[in-house]
Amino acid sequence: MNWHRYASPANFKRLSDRLLPWAAGGAALFLAAGVWSGLVVSPADYQQGETVRIMYVHVPAAWMSMFVYANMAVAAAAALVWRHPLAEVAGRAIAPVGAAFTFLCLVTGSLWGKPMWGTWWVWDARLTSVLILFFVYLAYMALNAAFDEPERGARASAVLALVGAINLPVIKFSVDWWNTLHQPASVTRLDAPAIDPSMLAPLLAMAIGFTLFFVAVAFVRIRAELVERRLEALRHARVAGEAAAERT
Amino acid sequence: MMAAFLDMGGYAAFVWPAWLLSAAILVAVSVSSVRRLRALERELAEAEGGRDPHS
Amino acid sequence: MKLPRARQAKRRRLMVLLLAALGLGTAAALTLTAFDDHLVFFHTPSDVAAHKVPVDRQMRIGGLVEEGSVERVAGSPVIRFRVTDLEHAVPVTYQGVLPDLFREGQGVVANGRLGADGTFRAAEVLAKHDENYMPSEVAEALKRSGRWQEGAAKPK
Repeated sequence: MNWHRYASPANFKRLSDRLLPWAAGGAALFLAAGVWSGLVVSPADYQQGETVRIMYVHVPAAWMSMFVYANMAVAAAAALVWRHPLAEVAGRAIAPVGAAFTFLCLVTGSLWGKPMWGTWWVWDARLTSVLILFFVYLAYMALNAAFDEPERGARASAVLALVGAINLPVIKFSVDWWNTLHQPASVTRLDAPAIDPSMLAPLLAMAIGFTLFFVAVAFVRIRAELVERRLEALRHARVAGEAAAERT
Repeated sequence: MMAAFLDMGGYAAFVWPAWLLSAAILVAVSVSSVRRLRALERELAEAEGGRDPHS
Repeated sequence: MKLPRARQAKRRRLMVLLLAALGLGTAAALTLTAFDDHLVFFHTPSDVAAHKVPVDRQMRIGGLVEEGSVERVAGSPVIRFRVTDLEHAVPVTYQGVLPDLFREGQGVVANGRLGADGTFRAAEVLAKHDENYMPSEVAEALKRSGRWQEGAAKPK
């Protein structure tokens, strides 16, 4: 099986050229629908009033923070085992996007917690594990940038990404394993969602919008990483060529 | 009508910052990503001596 | 079976990765199990009744605000209520701002000290809400039809 061929940088460029407009257009469409239904159409909550509207940005941001990390971890495994060039740049390309979503999740959660719970922050298992996720993202980015040779940085940070993946199930099940101030899952559970359809609609629209946004941005950022690697190679070739010219 | 919408049932100070920050982050991430790609592609085109970078 | 060297190396790296993941997963599971009791964010009134919580040390108790238990002492800012897990209840006194979601039958987490007299003196009261979201018309309709009761979801 040689699937490397189908994911070579050149093929990736062709694929992203074809899919990028659809991802970006779809993201704009779903985000617009989410903003309209989330801010205007959907009703206030029977308990939480208008603050429930914070959910439509907070929950998709939380999902994305974990989804991006899962992608990063898969890319890290592919980079370590198969030394796949696309996997090596993918993790590096999407990590800042994941960190941004995690930051957004933390801040919007804080803005929701203050009026409803009565506090900006508590050290319960859910909030703490998401904060750790944020720090793992930052550590991954720092480690990636800490080496002169990009390959060594990629390898070291790939190991970190895989170790940090343990945090994902901890975040997901923290609200079930331990008692927390944060409430359990409303949508991603085995029985029917505990959210009224009028509120589930904007939530899902925003979640799809965030996901397509991530896909579009990931295409752009991976392309940029590939261009940068090519520049790096050209620079090395030129230095080598000059050195050879001097010797003659 | 509009005032009531902006007031968000008295929670304007929490709802609006959450949505505005979300918008700001999405815009910042997409704009910076596209800009960086354009700058790098320009650099590559120069490095390759004016040849088409898309070839 | 002889594999080309590159594929052999790949297979070896995959095995190393899987073994490392297995080891790491086991270690994490063991650590989390060992931490189980220390990761508790709040104690329940049943823990208090069973004398499983320290007296006069700062800690949190959580449960539901017992129906009909909230009383404001006339002429003083002190609020009294009882926190229940539907088996046991703990009387709480508190002085300060209550969160908007604080109401009878709703989840609550209080941070403070348990006195020797069995009364919990809270320095901070946080509201805990459940995972149900719906417009008030739907909540009213469900209540009227008797299919659902507010605060029916028992907190853990």
